[in-house]
Amino acid sequence: MKGLGRGAYLALVYAFLYLPIAVLIVYSFNDARYSLSWQGFTWGWYESLSQNDDLIDVALNSVIVALLSATLATIIGTLGAVALYRYRFSGRNVLNGLIFVLIMSPEIVMGISLLLLFVTMGLELGFTTVLLSHTTFSIPFVVVTVMSRLSGFDKFLIEAAQDLGATEFQTFRKVILPLLIPAVVAGWLLSFTLSMDDVIISFFVTGPDFEVLPLKVYSMVRLGVKPEINALSTVMFALTLVIVLIAQSLLKERK
Amino acid sequence: MSDHALFKRVAIGTIAVWLLLFAFAPNLMVVIASFLTRGESEFLVWTPTTDAYARMLDPLYLHVFWNSFYLSAMTTLLCLVIGYPFAYLIARANPAVRPYLLLLVIIPFWTSSLVRTYAMIVILNTNGLLNTLLQSLGLIDEPLELLYTDGAVIAGLVYTLLPFMVLPLYAAIEKLDWRLVEAARDLGARKVRTFASVIIPLTSPGIVAGCMLVFLPGLGMFYVADFLGGSKTTLIGNLIQRQFLSARDWPFGSAASVTLTIVMGLMIGLYLLAAKRANAKVEV
Repeated sequence: MKGLGRGAYLALVYAFLYLPIAVLIVYSFNDARYSLSWQGFTWGWYESLSQNDDLIDVALNSVIVALLSATLATIIGTLGAVALYRYRFSGRNVLNGLIFVLIMSPEIVMGISLLLLFVTMGLELGFTTVLLSHTTFSIPFVVVTVMSRLSGFDKFLIEAAQDLGATEFQTFRKVILPLLIPAVVAGWLLSFTLSMDDVIISFFVTGPDFEVLPLKVYSMVRLGVKPEINALSTVMFALTLVIVLIAQSLLKERK
Repeated sequence: MSDHALFKRVAIGTIAVWLLLFAFAPNLMVVIASFLTRGESEFLVWTPTTDAYARMLDPLYLHVFWNSFYLSAMTTLLCLVIGYPFAYLIARANPAVRPYLLLLVIIPFWTSSLVRTYAMIVILNTNGLLNTLLQSLGLIDEPLELLYTDGAVIAGLVYTLLPFMVLPLYAAIEKLDWRLVEAARDLGARKVRTFASVIIPLTSPGIVAGCMLVFLPGLGMFYVADFLGGSKTTLIGNLIQRQFLSARDWPFGSAASVTLTIVMGLMIGLYLLAAKRANAKVEV
């Protein structure tokens, strides 16, 4: 009986977490614009999504920014994690502190602080500023993911490489990086997801000529609930689901 | 320069330059901006003043702060009450199913909170699932006005932020040294007593971390209040957003952000203190 109660509690909370998304997905296939009752299965809302050129442009913007920012963040974050882990240098604590600040900063504070920076620098708000911002908020996630893998490392492998005459770069390229690959890929995937989903920071750092998907969804929802949004949300959820599953399976390999 | 030094310099240099430019400088600018004056044509004028901070004491804004803190605190409390037993059960589950139970928490953790907030609208709508369900069960005659209330905002925040509470709690409970719990039981402590005096203190870093990860974003998620709240429900996030996008009062928006950051700093301090005390207790 006790075990049953426990299971029931778990099931209840999982239902709370998943039921609203499940309802959203079901309605995205419902052949009715306003009615809640089931009017039959349709792909119609997905078709109307695929014919909405404006929306496709915005989705492409998001994908391009996500691909580029994830790649930049992965390069900088991986190098950074290796540097912070391997080397002792003055200012190391400052860098660790800044990464901690980036992780803990409320998104809205990061959004306005980057807006202030870009305006001061005279950068036009749009693609560049969104890319720089997304790279910035993704870096700490890459650093943390890579760092946790590094700390599980056999230090003797690095020492052995260097005893055999490998330079720092060769050690990085031939020994450290291959061992880090799962964490690096997971970090990239998670950065990609973060970039695709970000609302708050993009809200502040983008200009009128460059729209990204979450902001488009935001303005669509403000205008009212429509079945197309159900379909679009379903697509976004499915994308996240696939990426997270791949990232998780990569991270689990180390055990 | 040898290859040795070059790689090291590039690795350190890249992350250092990026963080100084895009993390340190912007935060410094917010602090500076909060002490400047708003201009007629420009956003900021170089006239130092503490006006922005003084204006936050206006009852109108104090009310926004109070209301936002209240909604966030309620959200945090609910997440803790729902999340603690949940995380506990996952941590104590059969090791074979545990990774899958955990994965089911990680997926919503990474799912766009915008999509999840939208899902909440679909549930709470006047002709949404909850109203339809309650009506068909005969519990209510007329659909309830669930949307556009403070309750809806809390429900939305709990829904989007619950995974942020569960994950750190799980990490803390899973690491728990169960020998200490057994020792307490052997020494005659009852279940409630063991829970209150052993399990809770030992998992306090997870509790504090979870509360911070829920409380702080809860103050800023302006779109949750936009979608689910009435016109009167304003979070600190909405306040800051308006200063930057419609009211064009950057010093005031910056001052509100600095205040938010200071609150965050105090909470982190509290967290480190709790973690230290928990460690000290284990060593004793």
